[in-house]
Amino acid sequence: MGRNKEKQWPYYLIFLGVFLIFPFSLFQYTKYILFLVNMTAIGVIGALGLNILTGYTGLISLGQAAFMGVGAYTVAILSTRVGLPLWVNLPAAGVVTTFVGIMVGTPSLRLKGFYLAMSTLAAEFLLEYVFKNWESMTQGIQGLFITPPQIFGMPINNDRVFYFLSVTLAILGVIGTRNLFRTNVGRAFIAIRDRDIAAELIGIDVFKYKLVSFAISSFYAGVAGGLWCYYMTIINPEAFQLSISIDYVAMIIVGGMGTLWGSVYGAAFVVLLPEAIQRIMEVLQPVLHMEYTFAAFKQIVFGFIIVVFLIFEPKGLSEIFSRLGNKISNLRRKEDRIARGPRE
Amino acid sequence: MENRPHLEIYNLSLYFGGVQALHHVDLKVKMGALFSLIGPNGAGKTSLINCISKFYKPNEGKIIFKNREITNLRPHQVARYGVSRTFQNIELFKGMTVLDNIKLGRHIHLRSGPLAGMLYLGKAKKEEDALEEFLDREILDFLGLTHIKSRVVATLPYGLQKKVDLARALSAKPEFLILDEPVAGMNREETQDMIKHILEIKKAWGLTVFLIEHDMEMVMNISDWIAVMNFGEKMAEGTPDAVQKDPEVIRIYLGHSSTGG
Amino acid sequence: MDLLIQVLIAGITIGSIYSLIAIGVVLIFKSSGVINFAQGSMVMVGAFITYALVVQFKIPILISLLLAFLISGVMGMIIERSVLRYLTGASLISIIMVTLGISYVLDGGALATWGSSNFTFPKLFPSFSIQLGGIKVSSIYLWSFLTSMALLVIFLLFFKYSKMGLSMRAAADNQKVAVVLGISSKKVLSLTWIISSAVATAGGILLASVSALHVNLSYIGLIVFPVVILGGLDSIAGAAVGGLIVGVLEAISGVYIAPLLGGAFQQVAAFAFLLIILLIKPYGLFGTKEIERL
Repeated sequence: MGRNKEKQWPYYLIFLGVFLIFPFSLFQYTKYILFLVNMTAIGVIGALGLNILTGYTGLISLGQAAFMGVGAYTVAILSTRVGLPLWVNLPAAGVVTTFVGIMVGTPSLRLKGFYLAMSTLAAEFLLEYVFKNWESMTQGIQGLFITPPQIFGMPINNDRVFYFLSVTLAILGVIGTRNLFRTNVGRAFIAIRDRDIAAELIGIDVFKYKLVSFAISSFYAGVAGGLWCYYMTIINPEAFQLSISIDYVAMIIVGGMGTLWGSVYGAAFVVLLPEAIQRIMEVLQPVLHMEYTFAAFKQIVFGFIIVVFLIFEPKGLSEIFSRLGNKISNLRRKEDRIARGPRE
Repeated sequence: MENRPHLEIYNLSLYFGGVQALHHVDLKVKMGALFSLIGPNGAGKTSLINCISKFYKPNEGKIIFKNREITNLRPHQVARYGVSRTFQNIELFKGMTVLDNIKLGRHIHLRSGPLAGMLYLGKAKKEEDALEEFLDREILDFLGLTHIKSRVVATLPYGLQKKVDLARALSAKPEFLILDEPVAGMNREETQDMIKHILEIKKAWGLTVFLIEHDMEMVMNISDWIAVMNFGEKMAEGTPDAVQKDPEVIRIYLGHSSTGG
Repeated sequence: MDLLIQVLIAGITIGSIYSLIAIGVVLIFKSSGVINFAQGSMVMVGAFITYALVVQFKIPILISLLLAFLISGVMGMIIERSVLRYLTGASLISIIMVTLGISYVLDGGALATWGSSNFTFPKLFPSFSIQLGGIKVSSIYLWSFLTSMALLVIFLLFFKYSKMGLSMRAAADNQKVAVVLGISSKKVLSLTWIISSAVATAGGILLASVSALHVNLSYIGLIVFPVVILGGLDSIAGAAVGGLIVGVLEAISGVYIAPLLGGAFQQVAAFAFLLIILLIKPYGLFGTKEIERL
């Protein structure tokens, strides 16, 4: 294993190089790719949060979008009404959402399985209602504009500037999650998912840890929502409805529940899929006379893919890739053995 | 073996709807003893230890551990008092590795919170390193589990899983160890191996052991004191010799000699 | 007072339709432990299929109805055979997501086929005006209510007394024993889905008759959850009672509470109510509590 770690640092260097240089390239589609990466980065952060809660701790949540909304509105309100800077607002979005998460979680986490899911569903609808109707704070369905703060003289919602922020935060999110599951808190989460009664009996305060999981998950969601607000510069309740929560659940299922890279693969998949469909449809149908057909087709493909994954590979892309990786390394080992020749 | 009681149970009763699982049970376990609880299936043995672990809340009675009443604690609090247990049905976290399962046993001694954990470098890393070193030194090597520490539990055979269950219970370094049928389903060799480990660790750490078992030979050979239960009541108790000769006990086991199983 | 009566009538009518739709969900849960998040989509698609048969294909109403039930029943069976069968024993989140995936496919299909406009549902019942006290009530409310209630009673009787109903309950209760007794759980499962889909179609028809036909009808699938939680996930009688309560609650919220709180509170009223229930009596009025053993 140590051998592998030594061999990895050139890859890290290459990755770092690409990461730093790409946004400045003159490739025709750079701006578009940056946009996709930015959207994926936001998705990764949200998916990491949901995966901690649902994939690792086994608590179903259908309210991830609403929590992102809390983060987004926090950023918007702090930015426009109080005039606080980004480096305050973004963490604040995480913290405020954590509080909301704890408030929602404290009564809900006594419930299990389906009933917990329903409780989060209720939270999703009720928060949506608040977004739509607390007009003095959120401007309701009209939406809330923010003036994007400037970084080095450029607005935060510039694709290149935002890219450095979002990807850095996504990487930090991944590292934080990976570390979490190397320690006792993370292990406790998994224990709760696998056998919560035994976990309680060996000394884990299950309710407390469920709440901690909910809190961490909410923090991630809040930061993702705050980033969304800074990138879109206008937010309205529609961006945080149930279908978005379902998108996030789809991300962790397609990506791989309870795996680190699953959140990344899943986010990339769910963000890129509609874009791919749109490009394909643009190529295939020069005459799109029914504008809702794209939405319909997107829905059908999305639903179909979820069903297909659940039937054939419920462990998601991370399992598929890991098997592929094993096959490749087995092949390489075979080649090594053949190259070395027969042993005595 | 001292004469102070480690665990005292007074008048313990437990009902499930109309079924009475435990009926006014009194027990005292002395410090450092190897105390065995035997009885036919359904006698209430597991219900009793589930009451001690607080998985069940008794309807009547008191449980006192080292002079402190623990009857009304929440389940996770009992572990902090130095009580550890294994499970009849193993109850390991099957998707995790052997090492992670055992690490979880030591959860109550670990102090890193979520923030420290996510940061890892510093407090959490130190704790994890110390944890691994402790486990390698005192648990894994002792139970012969070092070679499988990275294996996922679900892939292990039954006998090894039972060992991991024991390792998990031991990793908290308890003073009071409850073993719920630790050799059930094991062959002769595995049973002897398990007995050896239990006796060794009991001696090395000065543990009090509370054992539930059906293997009569094992129970008679290693116990300091035996209590017999039937239909939720304590029928008899005493030294292995006394219990073997007790007419009530013989009647309960009807035809089972002391060497039967 | 007049307003209150109108509100109650609307509430009870919609509520009875909720009950009907909820029974489909309860049925599937009782027989397989699956929670069907696609029920709302099946309600909507069932209504649209009926619409298509009557209005677009101009088939006589009675035959259209029969065909609609048949087609939706077959659809339900196909869903069960081609998807759910591969997910027996899967985790709850997988089941929820797979039924959501199915609902997306159905919703998308309906959107592509019929578009996202409002359609007027054909009049299936004789139309007249009823005088209740001082108010005029459209007969469609009465017809919907009567139909729902009739179907509900038929269901209750079917499950309690008929041989097939007993078999289904047996299979739901203890699959292994049922198999030994000669009850094919596979057949029972398929039948459950067929009935559930047909019921969804009935609900869709009534719903579209009382309000309007639009692809958004599938959202009813979500309101069904407060109903089944109130009534108990595994209780048919509970679904019946729960539906009425939720329906009335929604109607009252819309008229009396929404103006106080602002916005369309009635849309979330059921869920606010759901939260309260979850905190007090999570297993509902009639549900059975799960006991965990170690």
